[in-house]
Amino acid sequence: MTGVWALLHRDLRLAVREGGAIGTALGFFLIVVSLMPLGLGPDLNLLARIAAGVLWIALLLAALLSLNRIFEADYEDGTLDVLATGPLPLELVSAIKALAHWITTGIPLAILAPVLGILLNLDLNAYPVLVGTTLVGTPAVSFLGAVGAALTMKTRRGGLLLALIVLPLYVPTLIFGISAVSASAGPSGAGSSFLILAAVSLVTMVLGPVAAAAALRIQIQ
Amino acid sequence: MPPLLPNLTSRILIPVQLIAEDLVIDRGSRRVIEGLSFTVRRGEALVLTGANGIGKTTLLRTLAGFIRPFRGSVRLDGGDPELSVGEQAHAIGHTNAVKTSLTVLENATFWNAYLGSDTPSHGRVEAALRHFGLEELGEFPAAYLSAGQKRRLGLSRLLVAHRPLWLLDEPTASLDTASSERLVAAVNAYTETGGIAVIATHLPLGLERAQTLDLAAQRMAA
Repeated sequence: MTGVWALLHRDLRLAVREGGAIGTALGFFLIVVSLMPLGLGPDLNLLARIAAGVLWIALLLAALLSLNRIFEADYEDGTLDVLATGPLPLELVSAIKALAHWITTGIPLAILAPVLGILLNLDLNAYPVLVGTTLVGTPAVSFLGAVGAALTMKTRRGGLLLALIVLPLYVPTLIFGISAVSASAGPSGAGSSFLILAAVSLVTMVLGPVAAAAALRIQIQ
Repeated sequence: MPPLLPNLTSRILIPVQLIAEDLVIDRGSRRVIEGLSFTVRRGEALVLTGANGIGKTTLLRTLAGFIRPFRGSVRLDGGDPELSVGEQAHAIGHTNAVKTSLTVLENATFWNAYLGSDTPSHGRVEAALRHFGLEELGEFPAAYLSAGQKRRLGLSRLLVAHRPLWLLDEPTASLDTASSERLVAAVNAYTETGGIAVIATHLPLGLERAQTLDLAAQRMAA
């Protein structure tokens, strides 16, 4: 158990010290969303209608930026060998590193999302649902992303390849994230979409680390 | 007050010997090691020699469990049956596993907490840093260390947590004479107390209780 805390604590500390990943993700999110009204014109009804979709897509793209560092940095300096011979199974190591990525990227993005919602004239009633769905949906981003990060760990400039691998896997999260926000204004409410979104996240939290660990075992040879 | 339950994690298992049997290892469709068998008993060091590309690193990474051999097996007789050989070993390769944005002390403390999770101890970390002459640099960010100092920090991992097997790949790379002697002293003290060490090197290190395995001669024989 000490090992789990030690690794999580170290990853969070590294993310804060190195800083760049969080800043880049938040900055990218801000820029992409604020470009939308400029490109589409000041039609408030149109912006309100597409707000949920724009926010979710921009959030996924912003989270992608820092995914490749999940394992790459540890591979380059040899830390991954230490982690692999440590007392924790690689599945748990992958899960902890994905969790650290969620805490340092998913949570800040989810907190920023409602602020950017103002730029898009998002319906006021949708704000609580937006925060809820981004918080519940982003673990899937990190845990699926860990699989892609493990697969592309050794690839020079693997960022684009990583995007090609994981973006299709984000489709369920995207669909149910957007439909929960859109449905919150309707008569049926956000309930069912929100539950499916949570289920997607839970499934990826179980399967993602297993797949990532399998990829790491091959890559580490 | 005695503990109510026996502490399972602190079972003391002292491996008797490291046995490699009939190892055949392929790297990228090229056969690097052919039919290699050896035994290293506790308290002994095995020095691997041979020209570049002969397979020293490949052999060490196979012993650590990173590379799966084409044929043959590696086992640690008398070790913990629930752990793989790699999980009972310190494997130090060409990289130091040093995080440059953490301080020297934070790096060492992390290894101590992660690798020796049943015995986290500040004293042990300090002793390890002192042995490799880094005690003055504890609060220093690892990014500002020289190559030799980073290597020494990487090697201090051997001492921050106990493992019954050491696998060292050219450990003296970028070390000065005094630091190499400190490393040799650490290895000698380790084998003295029953540790097993396998070391790939080009330099005569002056290790006690060491046997040499020349991979070039082995390849000729195979």
